[in-house]
Amino acid sequence: MVLVSFNKEYPMFRGLVALTLAALAACAPETTPVAGSKEGTRLADARDAAQRTFVEPGKLDDYYLFYSGGHSGQVYVAGVPSMRHIATIPVFAPYPATGYGFDDESKKLLGGYTWGDVHHPALSKVKGDYDGRWLFVNDNANNRLARIDLRDFKTKQILGPIPNSSGNHGSAFVTENTEYALVASRFSIPVPRGSYAPLSKYATEYHGVLSGIRIDSATGTMAMGWQILTPPFNWDLAATGREISKDWAVWSSYNTERATGRLEVTASQKDRDYITFVNWRKAAAAAAAGKGRMIDGVRVLNPAEVPGMMYLVPLAKSPHGADFSPDGRYVVGGGKLAPYVTVYDFAKFLKAVESGATIGDEDGIPVLKYEDIRVAEVPVGLGPLHTQFDDQGYAYTSLFVESAIAKWKLGPFDGKDSALVVAKIPVHFSVGHLVTAHGDARHPQGKYLISMNKLSKGRHLNVGPSQPESSQLIDIAGAGMSMLYEAYTEPEPHFAQLVNADLLKPIEVYPKAENKDPNAIWAAADGKVTRKGNRVEVKLFSIRSYFSPGAIEAQQGDSVIIYVTNGEQERDMLHGFGIVGYNINLVMDPGETKTVRFKATKPGVWPFYCTNFCSAMHQEMQGYLLVKPQATAAEVARK
Amino acid sequence: MSLTVYLDQVLSPRARLAVLGAGGFLVIALGFPLWEITMFAGQFPEGIRMWIYPYKLVGGNAGADLQGINILNHYIGMAEIRAQDFPEMKFIPFALGLFLLLGFRTAVFARVHQLVDLLVLFIYFGLFSLGVFYYRMYTFGHQLSPEAPIKVAPFTPPVFGHQHIANFDVYSYPGPATYLLGAYALLLGVVLVMEARRKAPAATPVYQVAAA
Repeated sequence: MVLVSFNKEYPMFRGLVALTLAALAACAPETTPVAGSKEGTRLADARDAAQRTFVEPGKLDDYYLFYSGGHSGQVYVAGVPSMRHIATIPVFAPYPATGYGFDDESKKLLGGYTWGDVHHPALSKVKGDYDGRWLFVNDNANNRLARIDLRDFKTKQILGPIPNSSGNHGSAFVTENTEYALVASRFSIPVPRGSYAPLSKYATEYHGVLSGIRIDSATGTMAMGWQILTPPFNWDLAATGREISKDWAVWSSYNTERATGRLEVTASQKDRDYITFVNWRKAAAAAAAGKGRMIDGVRVLNPAEVPGMMYLVPLAKSPHGADFSPDGRYVVGGGKLAPYVTVYDFAKFLKAVESGATIGDEDGIPVLKYEDIRVAEVPVGLGPLHTQFDDQGYAYTSLFVESAIAKWKLGPFDGKDSALVVAKIPVHFSVGHLVTAHGDARHPQGKYLISMNKLSKGRHLNVGPSQPESSQLIDIAGAGMSMLYEAYTEPEPHFAQLVNADLLKPIEVYPKAENKDPNAIWAAADGKVTRKGNRVEVKLFSIRSYFSPGAIEAQQGDSVIIYVTNGEQERDMLHGFGIVGYNINLVMDPGETKTVRFKATKPGVWPFYCTNFCSAMHQEMQGYLLVKPQATAAEVARK
Repeated sequence: MSLTVYLDQVLSPRARLAVLGAGGFLVIALGFPLWEITMFAGQFPEGIRMWIYPYKLVGGNAGADLQGINILNHYIGMAEIRAQDFPEMKFIPFALGLFLLLGFRTAVFARVHQLVDLLVLFIYFGLFSLGVFYYRMYTFGHQLSPEAPIKVAPFTPPVFGHQHIANFDVYSYPGPATYLLGAYALLLGVVLVMEARRKAPAATPVYQVAAA
C-alpha cells in the first residue's frame, strides 16, 4: 500500500502528521513525537516547550550558564532558557578570537602551557549564595586554578602549578564566604612533585594532597594557603558546607585500595571507598600555628598530627559526587557503580565525631562507622554521579549508566527510602554532571536543570566521527520534569554554574579613565615609533578605521615592542592587530591597551591589519611592518 | 503717560523682586544643556547623544558619544567637534553673568528704562546666539574635507526638528537651559507690561536726588 511505504520511508513526515494532529487536539496533554528527532524524543507538549525556551530576537535570557570547557581549557557562556552560546572565555589555552595568549599579559598568565582541563567552575559566594563577582575554575591537567572576573568576563589570574599536587580535579569549591577555594589531587605522586619512587611503593610513598587556596575578599587574588597530605587515594569531587557544616568540606575518593595498574579492576575490589569530611577552618588554624612542615614552599599538614581535622566515612564504591544539601545538613554521595545515593546526616556526623567511636584508621585518619552517619540509601537508579538541588526540597541526581536524571525528595529520612524518588527522565546520553539554578548555593532557584551529557550519538546534524557533547534543558518547576530543549557543545562540559542574570553587572567598554597602562595613547598624533639601539618601541593608536602610525620600520634582528591602544569608547568597537607572517594577533577591547614583544627575525614587508571587523572601512584598516634585511658581510665590507 | 515718563518710572517693589528672582533662571541655566542633538540608526537603537551646555559639550553614554559622533563624522570629512573651538562656550557664561549684574542694577536702581535695556540686550543676545548656532551647523555641514572617504553633498544639520542624514535620523531640540532663558525673557516682558499698566507717579530721578 502506498500509504504504508510512505510511512516507512518518511518517518519525519509521520512525525509531522502526528504533530499536526496534536495541534488540532489543542489542549490535549498527549505526548508528541518531535519532528526531526532520530530517537523519537517525546515532549509532553512540543509547542509549550518551544514557547518556554523561545527568547525573542533582541530579548535576553534569564540565566547565565557557565559551562566548563573540559580539555578545551576554556569556559563557555550560554543563555538559559534559549541555550544559545554567547561567548567563550579563554582561560588555559590560547584563543586567537579574543587575542588571548598572544599579548604579553595573557602569555604570562598561560605560563608557557597551551592547554588545560577545566572541570568545575565555582562562583564566589557570600553567606553561601552567589555574589556574581568571580568565577574560579580548575585545570585538572597542570594543577592550576584560575579566576575570571565577571565584571569584564576576563581571566585575571592563574595560580599554579600548585605545588605537591597532581591532577587538580576536586576543585574549585568555594567556601561559604569565599575565604578559600578548596582543591584536591586526583592523582597521587611522590611528594614533592619531581621526586621519584617506584610504583611498587605506591601505597606508602605516594600521596594525595588537599589544598586550601586563600582568596582575598576585596580583590579575589588567590594565594597558596595550606595543604593536607593524604593516603594515595584518588580524590574526586568536593562540596563545601553551610550553616551547621560551614567549617567543613567533603571530598569523595576512589582507589582507596591504593592500587596501581589497571585501575578499572584494581581499584574496584573493595565494596566501599570513602567520603572524607575535612574541617578547613581547623586546617587553616593548624597551618597558622606552624604545624606540619614546609614542602616546596607550602605548609603541609599530616592529618594524623592534627586531631579533629579529617575523617573518613565509607561510601559506595567509585563515587563521584559529594554534595551538601542547601541548608548544609545532609551530604549526598553517589557511587558510580551503585544503584543508590547515600545520604549522610551532618548532625549525626558531628555526634559520631564527638563519641570518638571509630572502626579503624587510614594512616592515622579515623574512619567512622557508615551506619552511624548514613540516614538513607535512596534507590535513584544506576550510576548516580552528581546531585543538585532546587527550592522545593528536591534533589536531582544524574545517572550515568542509566542515562537518566532522578528527582527525589530530600527527606523525611524515615526508612522508606524508595518512596523518596518521585520522577525520572531519560537523557541523551549518559549524563555526567547536571546543574540547577543556584543548585549548589544556600538558596537554589529551581526552575531549570541542564543535563550535561557525555555522548550525543548522532542527535545532531552529522559532523563526522568527532562528535560534540549534548546539553539538555529540563523544566523542573512542576512536580515532575519535562524536557525542553537541547544544544551541543564542543568538548567538554563537566560541571557548570547556572546563575540568575540579575546578579551580574558586566561593563561594556573599559573606561579611558581606568586605563593605567603608562603606554596608552588617546590620539592619533601620539602614535610613534622610537628606536633605542636595537630596540624598537611603538605606541600604536587604533580607532575607526586606521592605525597610527601606519608604518613600523625595523632592522632585522631588532627587538620590537608594540603597545596598541584601542581609542574607542563605544561598545562592540573592538579592533584587532594581526601581523602577517609573525604569528601575532591581538584584539583590543574599547579603551584597552595591549602589549606584544617579538624579534623582527624575518626580513621583508609584513602587512598588519585589523582582524576584528569594525566598520565600513575595516578592510582599509591596515599598515606595514617593514623589516630591513641585515647587511650581508660583503655589504658591510663595501661600506 | 508719555514714553519718556514711563521709562523713568520707578519699578514697584514686586517688579524689582521679580527681576532679582528671574536672575535665578540664568544661574540654573548654567547647569543644563542649551540644546540636545540625538542620532538614531539601525545599529544605534538607543541613540547617540550630544548635549550643548552654555560652557561645554557633553556626549551621551558617560561622555563616550561625543567621540563616537566625531568618529562617524570623520568618514564624511566633517571637522572634529571640540568644545575649545567654540568661543560661544566662553562668551555665553560671561554674557549670563553680565545679565545677572544688569538685573541686579535694575532691581537696585529700579527704573523701567533699565529693565528695557536688560530685556532688549538679552533678546539680542538670544537671537545672536541662535544665529551663531545655525552658522556653526552650516559650517560643519559645508566645510567637508575634500579627502573624505565618503563624499556627501554639503548639508546643514537640523537646528530644530528632525532630519534624515545617510543612515541616521537626527533630532535637534532645545534643552532645559534654552527654556529657562526663554522664561527669563518672558518674565521680564511680563514685568514690563504690568509696570506699564500700573498707575504710578513719576518719581524724582534718582540721579537728581543723589546730586542734591
